[in-house]
This record gives sequence, structure tokens and C-alpha cells, in this order.
Amino acid sequence: MRRAINIVPGSGTRILLALLPFLLIAYLYVVVSAERRTANPGDKLLPPIAEMATSMDRLATEPDRRSGDLTLWSDTAASLQRLFIGLGVAAAVGLVLGLTLGLLPVASAGLSPLVAVISMIPPMAILPVLFIVFGLGELSKIVLIVIGIAPFLVRDLAMTVGAIPREQIVKAQTLGASTWQLTLRVALPQAMPRLIEALRLSLGPAFLFLISAEAIAAESGLGYRIFLVRRYLAMDVILPYVAWITLIAYLLDSLLAWLARRVFPWAYVQEARL
Amino acid sequence: MRFGNGRFGFRTLSAALGLSLSLLAGGAHAEPKKEFNIAWTIYVGWMPWPYAADAGIVKKWADKYGITINVKQINDYVESINQYTAGGFDGVTATNMDGLTIPAAGGVDTTILIIGDFSNGNDGIVSRTANTPAELKGESINLVELSVSHYLLARALETAGLSEKDVTIVNTSDADMVAAFKSPETSTVVTWNPLLAEVKAEPGSAALFDSTQIPGEIIDTLMVNTEVLKDNPDFGKALAGIWYETMSVLTDPGEKGNAARAAMGAMSGTDLAGFEAQLAATKLFATPQEAVAFAESEDLVKTMDLVRTFSFDHGLLGDGAPDKDIVGIAFPGGQVLGSADNVKLRFDASYMKLAAEGSL
Repeated sequence: MRRAINIVPGSGTRILLALLPFLLIAYLYVVVSAERRTANPGDKLLPPIAEMATSMDRLATEPDRRSGDLTLWSDTAASLQRLFIGLGVAAAVGLVLGLTLGLLPVASAGLSPLVAVISMIPPMAILPVLFIVFGLGELSKIVLIVIGIAPFLVRDLAMTVGAIPREQIVKAQTLGASTWQLTLRVALPQAMPRLIEALRLSLGPAFLFLISAEAIAAESGLGYRIFLVRRYLAMDVILPYVAWITLIAYLLDSLLAWLARRVFPWAYVQEARL
Repeated sequence: MRFGNGRFGFRTLSAALGLSLSLLAGGAHAEPKKEFNIAWTIYVGWMPWPYAADAGIVKKWADKYGITINVKQINDYVESINQYTAGGFDGVTATNMDGLTIPAAGGVDTTILIIGDFSNGNDGIVSRTANTPAELKGESINLVELSVSHYLLARALETAGLSEKDVTIVNTSDADMVAAFKSPETSTVVTWNPLLAEVKAEPGSAALFDSTQIPGEIIDTLMVNTEVLKDNPDFGKALAGIWYETMSVLTDPGEKGNAARAAMGAMSGTDLAGFEAQLAATKLFATPQEAVAFAESEDLVKTMDLVRTFSFDHGLLGDGAPDKDIVGIAFPGGQVLGSADNVKLRFDASYMKLAAEGSL
């Protein structure tokens, strides 16, 4: 009997089905945008796609009147720099603390409750404090990203390391491994794929903290530009920037996924292949 | 079991979604109506609106013309103007520059119905390191970019023969301005009251330029949608009536005035003394006669030319704008600055005149 759960689309249909929602959204946008333009030729709320393309072309290829920079690329470079430093520091903190807390009962007893409490502080709530302590420069933006995602990485890795079967730990010890060797040879290889997975899940929050920090005080950056042109409702810049940020985040996510499978193939042998 | 016959097709769905989207975004269609919404944000020159609503003055005048006027507070200033531009409100409190760059440049025909005051010290540049505009060279300056603060800075630099290239501008949210100035690496900020008073109170800081040096250029107004006004002149009359009745209470030197000023101060987060200090830095047009004279003066045309030049130079008139003439600005005498075919910002003194004649 033919049941809905047994209908599996072929590869061509699959691509078509994946595209359909995007096309539907684009179609709706074009229709509503044209409608608003008919009612008010100066409407800024839903600019036609051609207008957004022109704006992006200008931002990407013409030097800014005041700074002489190519706006889109200088914004992207500024934001990515902050994002990568923030993610890098958070990943390093996550790895070191995660391994320590997961392996050493003494460290776990002393620090786990603190990490658990710190991870509950909403980073945006302490933003005014961060400003006063770290100033308004690059440092406070990076610190915001680190504070935002490092506790999650630490807890996630500590749990992963803590869940390593006891037998492995005992076996390594009977083979003569020291704590240090155990950390490097048993725990670290199992923690690394998980760290990359956790980083992938942190990309969304990391972008959120980046954009928030740039909205509050900045001279450049993707979030800075969006909150700047919001001042005169320039949706022709805001909407493509949102699409650009989404694309960057999607590519970073795919890159990390590819990297994890390439470097740690053994961690994905169980994965279903589509 | 089957659901429907599949006739609820793509077209119906998109039409329904499109309709709900355009409803959400607010239509620009005006027709005679009975209920009107105006949005206000906290600023000394706009506090009379919530006071009038609380004191029953709004209801009194609305009843006289058989309409309803809702006076709503919005927490974020730019958001209030964006909401108005999107059609969510029939009127909004805003400055001349923001009226030009947000609704007017966005194709929403807007009429400046009431000129309430101009900033006469309420906007200023405060620095720990510089004492004159000339000493700002090389400084990093925190301000709300593309706002009247930015305009004030541009005018200050002009007086010293400097340009924006000589300084670094850091866009900083007004909500964080006071905290920002407490950070040791922030040396100079441009802001407005009540934040200005807060940063001036920081030890070792001094105001080196303020709006008293460019009188009449930062104008606080109530602006309304031109089409709504055209179809509903009673709405305009009621607003003018409300405003000048509230002005007479606000400027009353006696007990009644004190109570009103204290109430407005409390609503904006300060007290009677704090509010009166802000009023002292504001050139209030207490009578409609003064406001009409200001609206009809040649100086207003000159000011708007400065403002539109600044706005065009900073890309605020839209990226497709070939020159600063793209948006027309009409003045009470019929004079038009910029494109006469695309007048989107109108200074209309007729309702203030009706108030002056006492014929509301």
C-alpha cells in the first residue's frame, strides 16, 4: 500500500522541492513591492530587487565618498575579523576548560558550578558594564562574543569528555598513560569533532552578539551599516546585507561541517548518507 | 478523507499573503476618518503632547471636532519616525532634518503643521580634551551618526575650517551615550538633552560648541501625513488647538504652570528644576504669532538649504538621488526649494495662523 511516509522524492524532485519555498518568497516579495511602488513611487520599505542590486553594486565597487573604502568589503572584513577572533578565543577557552573540567574531578568540583552560573548571565544585560571595563573599541565587541558563547562551549565539551566510557580511561591507565597523555591521546581526539559541532551551533549566537555590539558603537562592520542606514529607512541596503550575512553564516557552517568530516572521518562513520 | 478540492491555489494564497503584508506595512491611502494616531518620544520640546493627553486637553479639542486623537509614546526616536513613514501613525514629533530624510525622502508627503521650538543649547559637543572646534582635529568623536548631532558637528567643524575627514566618527547609540562617555577612551561626544546634561556633569569635561551658535537650525516640530490632513482638516485644527492651549499652560509663570512643568519633567525622567533647565536651552514658540513669523521668515529657507545640502552629502536623500534638489520643500509663501514636481515636505503655517486669529 502506498503511504505518505514511503514516498521518497528523486534527486531532481528534491532540488525542485528545495527551491520552491525560496521562489515562492521571492515571488511574493516582487508582487508586494511592485504594489507599494505603484501606490508611492518613493516607497522605501520594500524596494524592488533591481534597486537592491544597484545599491549593492555601488557599495561593493565604488569607494565611499568620505572614507574612500569599498563599503561592503571593508564592512565584511571588519565584522569577520571580530567574529573569527571571538570564535577563536571562545573555542580555545572551551577546549582547555572543557577538557580540564571533563577529566579532572577536582577541577570540576571547583569550577563547574561557577561556569554553570556564568553561562546563565545574559551577555546583553552586562553590556554597559563591558563598555566601561573594556572601552568602546574592538576589545569589548570581541569580549561580548567570547562571553556569549564560551560558557556554552565549555559545558558542552565538559559533558562530552565526561561521557567518555570509563573503560577507555581505565585501559589507557593500565597501558601506562599519564593524565597528560590521557588528555592528549584519549580525550582530545574525541573532543575535537564535538568542538566543531558546537562551534557550528554557536555561529548564530556569535553573529547575534557581533551585530548587537556593532549596533551600539562602531565605525565599520555589517551590523554597523544596518543600524546606520536604518536611520533613513534604506531597506535597499538593509535587506541585501541581511542576505549577505545569512550567506556568510551558511558558508561558514558548511565549511566547518566539511572540515570535521575531512579531518575526523572516523567520528562520522555512523552518519546516514543522503 | 480528502481536504477540499485543491482550488485554494497558488494565486489565492499569494494574493492573501500579499494583502496581509501590505496591511501590515500600512497603506498610504488617505480617506476621511474619525480616529487619528500621533507618536511622540521623550524630548523637552515634545513633552507638551503627553501632558495634553493626560490633562484632557487632547480630548477636549478632539471632541470639539468630533474625532478621536490617540497620543502614543514610542521608546525609540528613529523607530517612531519609521513607524510614521510606514503608515502606522498619522503624525509624529520629529526634527526638520529627520522629517526631510526619513518620510519625505521616502516619498511620504509630509506637512510640518506645528513648529514648536528650536534647539538653543539643547544639542552640544562635550569634550575632555578639546576646548574649541579647531582642537577637534584628529579626535575620535562618539555620536548618533546621521542625526542632528552629526549635523551640529559638521557645522562646528565648518566654523573652524575643518571637515569630517579631519575627525573619526564612531556611531554610538543614544541609549549608551552616557555609559560611553564614562569609558576613558571616549574623549568627545555630541548629544542632546537630557543626555547632554549628564555628560557635561562628568568631571573634567566642557561643552565646546552647542546649538546656540546655530540658532534656528535644529527645529522641533509636529508633522502629519499631507494626504490625511488634506482629507481631514479638522485633524489639523484640533492639533493646533491642543498645542497652543498647552503652550499657554506651559508658559504660565504661576502655580498652574509650575504643576504642568513638573508633570512634564516627571514624564521625561527629571524634575521641575531639570525640566526648566532644558526649557532654558530651548527657544519655545509660546504663541502661534511667533511660530508663524518664524515659518514665514527667509531664514527658514536658508536653514533648510543647509540641512538638505548636509543630507545629500551624507547620502540621506537616497542613493538614487542625483542632487539635493530631488526632494522639494515648500514654504508658506509658496516658495519651493528643490524639485517643484516632487514636493514632499511642506511647512504649512495656515493652522498656526488659525490659532493666532483665535478662529479654531
